[in-house]
Amino acid sequence: MADIILFSAIKIVVVLAVVMGGVAYTTLAERKVSAWLQDRLGPNRVGPFGLLQPIADGIKFFTKEDITPGRSYKPSYFLAPMATLIPALITFAVIPFGESVSLSGKDHRLLIAEGTGLGLVYLLAVSSLGVYGILLAGLSSNNKYSLLGALRSVNQVVSYEVALGLGLIPLAMTAGGFDIDAIVRAQKGGVWFVVPHFIAFIILLVALFAETNRLPFDLPEGESELVGGYHTEYSGMRFAMFFMGEYANMITASALLVLLFFGGWHLPFLNYGWFGPVLGGILSAIVFACKTAFFVFFFIWVRWTLPRFRYDQVMHMMWIRILPLGLAYILVTALFLYLRGPIK
Amino acid sequence: MAAYLPLGILLLIALIIVPMTMIIGRFIRPQRFEVSKLQPYECGIEVTDSPRGQMSVHFYIVAVVFLVFDVETVFLFPWAVAFDKLGLFGFIEVGIFLLLLIVAYVYAWLKGALRWEQ
Repeated sequence: MADIILFSAIKIVVVLAVVMGGVAYTTLAERKVSAWLQDRLGPNRVGPFGLLQPIADGIKFFTKEDITPGRSYKPSYFLAPMATLIPALITFAVIPFGESVSLSGKDHRLLIAEGTGLGLVYLLAVSSLGVYGILLAGLSSNNKYSLLGALRSVNQVVSYEVALGLGLIPLAMTAGGFDIDAIVRAQKGGVWFVVPHFIAFIILLVALFAETNRLPFDLPEGESELVGGYHTEYSGMRFAMFFMGEYANMITASALLVLLFFGGWHLPFLNYGWFGPVLGGILSAIVFACKTAFFVFFFIWVRWTLPRFRYDQVMHMMWIRILPLGLAYILVTALFLYLRGPIK
Repeated sequence: MAAYLPLGILLLIALIIVPMTMIIGRFIRPQRFEVSKLQPYECGIEVTDSPRGQMSVHFYIVAVVFLVFDVETVFLFPWAVAFDKLGLFGFIEVGIFLLLLIVAYVYAWLKGALRWEQ
């Protein structure tokens, strides 16, 4: 018992450290990749190749004045950034990040909440809590831009949550449960789900871009229209919290795409059993991190490739295109699985 | 129950470290009071009226439609896990359920609830 508690404590600390570091370096990656895509150099003054830039940014966030507008409603104004960041941090509890590690004869999953079997349901529930932070920020700032941004954002996030649920159901049907581990296991040694479930992949990709408010869907904070959207009034550390929440959500979304459609930590023709119980686990975590990093890059890449949608297009795409497509795809999957007979 | 313990610990840590960053920053960051800093941001123009005006009713309609369809996906979750045990009967049942929903969907569409331009 004691070693289980110790191991899960280690896992929590490592995951939080990696996620926080990942968030910091995703901001750098965003600026660097944006710069490269526009034929610029990007930040390169702080440390070699600008690699210490996130640390400088962090110090700056700590030392910036925290301005509270006089007309804002203080309690919810203070709560809003935390209500965005905390759900973003705790979603990582159900993201498995590698093969099991055996230590002194005991198998440990590389997953904070092991054995719940409800990973995707938890993920849907917690990710929808992020809406409260946005809504609180927009309403309590008492600013026109914030309010408009929050209304748009909440409407968009809430709409695409339906798409998220619809996209997950066919996967759960194929793998036989809402356990993310089961879905990864179903892809092991076989075809990655991106091939048979390409339609679900498209639905989830669009839904995750909309949920994280990333660029083709960044209407909530369309810089040229709404200044900063729901976090217009925030400064210093509180602003940083909104940003950390956004980037943490982006990393979760990338990890989720890798786990559900690209075989998680598995690679074709590679068996982690070859490397022994501990090294294999570490290696699989590294493979998983690389795949996730690619999808983070993909998020940034798309940002500089596609222009922003108009708001009616966003709503049209969800309610007229994705919803019927998702429902039809669930029925088609069910029919196919019946005709093919039980899996296993 | 033990499976959910790490979730609780993670939540606790998140609840501690996130406000902590605000508290630590309090001792470092400057606090210089100035009246103009209290103004809401409005591109440098003096604020004239409250932002709480009227908003498009579409936001409300979409929220209502969302309720219907989100509850629907939640109803589909248990079926998705157990559909191979329920067999053809379950499949037909879900088909009827979805058919009823599609009627509601067509109604909402014809009423113009899903079209934003109007």
